[in-house]
Amino acid sequence: MNHQLSIHQLETIANNIREDIIRMLEHAGSGHSAGPLGLADIFTALYFDILRHDPSNPDWADRDILILSNGHCIPVRYAAMARAGYFDRKELMTLRKLGSRLQGHPERKRLPGLESTSGPLGSGLSQACGIALAHRMDGVNHRWVYVVMGDGETDEGNVWEAAMLAGNYRLSKVIAIIDRNNIQIDGPTEAVMQLEDYKEKWEAFGWHVIEIDGNNIEDVIDACSMARAIVEKPIAIIAHTVPGKGVDFMEYDFHWHGSPPNYEQAKKALNELRTLGGKIKSEHE
Amino acid sequence: MNNLYVDLTGDFMSEPIRKGFGRGLEKAGSMYPNVVAACADLTESTQMHLFKKSFPERFIEIGIAEQNLVTVASGLAAAGKIPFVSSYAAFSPGRNWEQIRTTICLNDQPVKLIGSHAGISVGPDGATHQMLEDIALMRVLPNMVIIAPADSIEAEKATLAMAIDTRPNYMRLAREATPVITTLDTPFEIGRAEVIEKGSDISIISTGTMTYHALKAAEKLYKDGIEAEVVHVATIKPLDTETILKSVRKTLAVVTAEEAQIIGGLGGAISELIGEFCPAPMLRVGVKDRFGESGEPDELLKHFGLDAEHIRMAAHHVMERKGGGKY
Repeated sequence: MNHQLSIHQLETIANNIREDIIRMLEHAGSGHSAGPLGLADIFTALYFDILRHDPSNPDWADRDILILSNGHCIPVRYAAMARAGYFDRKELMTLRKLGSRLQGHPERKRLPGLESTSGPLGSGLSQACGIALAHRMDGVNHRWVYVVMGDGETDEGNVWEAAMLAGNYRLSKVIAIIDRNNIQIDGPTEAVMQLEDYKEKWEAFGWHVIEIDGNNIEDVIDACSMARAIVEKPIAIIAHTVPGKGVDFMEYDFHWHGSPPNYEQAKKALNELRTLGGKIKSEHE
Repeated sequence: MNNLYVDLTGDFMSEPIRKGFGRGLEKAGSMYPNVVAACADLTESTQMHLFKKSFPERFIEIGIAEQNLVTVASGLAAAGKIPFVSSYAAFSPGRNWEQIRTTICLNDQPVKLIGSHAGISVGPDGATHQMLEDIALMRVLPNMVIIAPADSIEAEKATLAMAIDTRPNYMRLAREATPVITTLDTPFEIGRAEVIEKGSDISIISTGTMTYHALKAAEKLYKDGIEAEVVHVATIKPLDTETILKSVRKTLAVVTAEEAQIIGGLGGAISELIGEFCPAPMLRVGVKDRFGESGEPDELLKHFGLDAEHIRMAAHHVMERKGGGKY
């Protein structure tokens, strides 16, 4: 259903999504900043170019599946879904509030368009594998199963159990997009628990690995296009992203992993996003 | 004796409960095309091999990875399948509780968990493999249904019922041959307890393999002049509170019996129920906050106080308290 949008248009959407993320988190008063901002380009590419989906019919039988495994990054998905037309953008401000469909971590039963419930890390890839196995049993060949996961998340053993299974069964409909932003709660990923040689690890489990700049929308689209053409192996896209991308004082700083901006910080962040880092004037000044 | 369904005279045929599951799953496979199965390297042991043989394209070997077992199942269910996933109860749901909580219960997917080799009667393998905490682990999860059939015939019926139940289910199975005390005509419905022996003096409320021992105890008690009512609770959650309270209101004396930890197990569930709605003298027969050990099944049941004689003694203690005794 996606209309072909230019890279420039997509970049504008990604910027809008970042603004929404800042507003949502500031209003909620809790939540994760760095991951969602870093993933804004990937989610823009997914919802506005890559995914076969229909916001007016979230249960469309022919849709692609998108699993968000690192559930704490859900604000970016909510923001992208609202922009794509799944629900009114006003609802974004209910994030983390009592009675909201937008739970602090995603719950499938609450909001149409979410494919799973996640938060505790490491279980998304195996659910994607289960869906791909079911599709294979049913002879369904036209649906891909995308799963977005964090790099720190792959400390979890469950991830590698699933990686082994996907390799074993050559689940080529599974495309894992790994947010390689190099941070987790306790610090840089390599300081907390060494992940490198990361690419080689995935390859050793039988995966085809593509490494990209995850903040380059064109790269994301191209990598997914290539991934869909690979039929003999599951595909891992290691997407190198900048945590906190687009907000100068958040970028690369692991302290922003699990914190929201306060009012002043949000104002500063929004100004930076609106002016594209000072390149243009904000009409809101 | 006012036995409703069971012929206590003569010998019982015995068969491992898990065999009934194996037959039931194969039947469910032929009746329902969306039933699929996955196992963590214990296919024959958990009796999934029958299904695998009949429906190889609907069976998935997961390898020794129980966290993956249940999360892959969550994905299968998300795509419209009814997945049965089996391992030993000590490993599933023993090892993968959080995955069951998040991706199956909160996510509300109709995954069917089969925990085989539950209870102390696993025998020589010892404490690591004698799963006694599974009932407690599953009871605290919203949306979860827990079934502990008394024998292989009931396990077969339960499996067929699970295949069309839309909720997450857990069924615990035992390793050893268990006397077959139900018949094809014995009613089974998820969520229903059955009074299988009528009596008015005391309610013996039992589940799984212990229902046989409860019946044997009732036989002994009858000779002692006590008419025990045996209520078989095949579904531990949701509990059939109506049937259970009806019995307890009549007898005002309770013994529970299970091959599991009494903390959080059936004993815990019945205590909570009658504590709130019909307080009555009660004792719980089961494993009392300790681990098992190696031994032969019969030996262990006796050693850990889980045989008919221990149920009988517990019933006598409760009867004394009911009569104003000091216990």
